[in-house]
Amino acid sequence: MPTTAEQHQPDHQTEHQTDTVSAARQDARAQGGRTADAMPYVPASSSPYIPGGVPAEALTWAQTVAPGGYTHRVVARGTRIRLDDPTGDACAHLFLLRAGAPYERLNVADTVKVPWQAYLGAGHPLLSGDGRVLATVALDSSGRHDAFCGTSSELWNAAKYGDGRPEGPSPSGQSLFTVAAAHQGLTQRDLGPSISFFQGVRIGADGATDWTGSAGAGTAVELIAELPLIVLIANVPHPLDPREQYVVGPLRVHAWRSTPTGPGDPAFAASPERTRAYLNTIDDWESRA
Amino acid sequence: MTVLDWSHPLVPGAVTRDDRVAPRASWSAVVPAGQVLTIVDVGGNQSADCLIFDAADPAERYSVPDTITWQGNAYVRTGTVLRSNLGAPLMTVVGNELDRQDTIGGACSKASNTLRYGHHTAFHHACRENFLSEGAKHGLGARDLVSNLNWFMNVPVEADGSLGIVDGMSAPGKRVALRAERDVLVVVSNCPQMNNPCNAFDCTPLRMIVTVPAGPADDTVGTVGDPVGDTAGTDATTEYPTA
Ligand SMILES: [Zn+2]
Repeated sequence: MPTTAEQHQPDHQTEHQTDTVSAARQDARAQGGRTADAMPYVPASSSPYIPGGVPAEALTWAQTVAPGGYTHRVVARGTRIRLDDPTGDACAHLFLLRAGAPYERLNVADTVKVPWQAYLGAGHPLLSGDGRVLATVALDSSGRHDAFCGTSSELWNAAKYGDGRPEGPSPSGQSLFTVAAAHQGLTQRDLGPSISFFQGVRIGADGATDWTGSAGAGTAVELIAELPLIVLIANVPHPLDPREQYVVGPLRVHAWRSTPTGPGDPAFAASPERTRAYLNTIDDWESRA
Repeated sequence: MTVLDWSHPLVPGAVTRDDRVAPRASWSAVVPAGQVLTIVDVGGNQSADCLIFDAADPAERYSVPDTITWQGNAYVRTGTVLRSNLGAPLMTVVGNELDRQDTIGGACSKASNTLRYGHHTAFHHACRENFLSEGAKHGLGARDLVSNLNWFMNVPVEADGSLGIVDGMSAPGKRVALRAERDVLVVVSNCPQMNNPCNAFDCTPLRMIVTVPAGPADDTVGTVGDPVGDTAGTDATTEYPTA
């Protein structure tokens, strides 16, 4: 199983005959239909890893994100996004912005303060700085997540692995987020603290950050988009991962049309703060619709 | 009757700025590299919500997670290097008269007040308002607001992850001192929140004093815990915590 970004570089050993346009065209077209460990599945219904119980035709996004890779996508309100960690070594660093109004974006401080809970788990609302829910953690079979340490910077990975550049063997999460944001017309100013799934951190009584690592292979997290979202994901080692090598596994992403959280859902009624957060979200959405 | 103690600079030296910030008001200033900003909690347990920007390129700005990750601790104390979103030092805490300072509680806002306390609080003044109005003086807007520091605020994280703002540990005249590691723009909201204990339900003034440190670098300042002279954060640009 590949575990580093280096192992996902293109194969340069293949023989190519490309001395004329005709030959080059033939050479290029001969590459179609191949597969790679990490790739988007288009259409999404062609994914070899469709989650159980999800009708293939409902899928809107399917992809395996390479170790050391990233992805970015715009999804509709009501989209259910599943992240799978098949090896136990994925670390899905996530940043969310509201599609069409990206100055509304993930606010990690409000995300832990408003629910009075620092540790992310099933039912946790991921809040914007504008008093609304961007996404809800709808399912969590890992329980090892982090809302304190953010993602790695180039300086951090340079100190830890000798290189943190996006094109290098150990890209930092921050550098990948910067590129992912740029693809969506956004800049460094549009990025803030991120959260991560599948590698846990706990805070000691003295404030010390304690890396608790993975819950093992085969766990998953599902998110419900409560507003139209720009989703940025960087799949890089957690900054506190104590292993000397740049160890990270592939991350599978599947999304499908579902329904946003509303009255009657357990997450909606989980606490008075959360109820008001969903009410604000629905109020704003219906005003624009 | 509120006791006010205007105190004096935590790091002695020539004073280049000395401002009094009214309750509920905002403040900003460029602190040149090497100079020290002392923030005085004049009335005690008054949260000073604080953002820091590189004065030349404000797209590089204070980052809560980078600060936590590099020091391996969620609380801010003497010696904490306040890092940017690129992981680089912006300022260093060179003096501090509290056991710990907060950087996980974020800033209050009209919007989050509606979640935390109900929609009847939607028009209460809030730190996000102060950050937006003060930031606008420097060309900054909503895109530039990120998770911040809360000087003199107390936010414990309990073993089960429970987290919240509780009664403060500060007192009139308590101080924190921050040395600029480069030219930085510091933006502060003197928190107007009256729905939780972050200001002890009594908004009081702050004093902001900038000094050019006098004397040898090994001067120590009165702090809780280890005295700090040139030992804390001096090698901040190269250190790599292994813990
Ligand atoms: Zn406030």
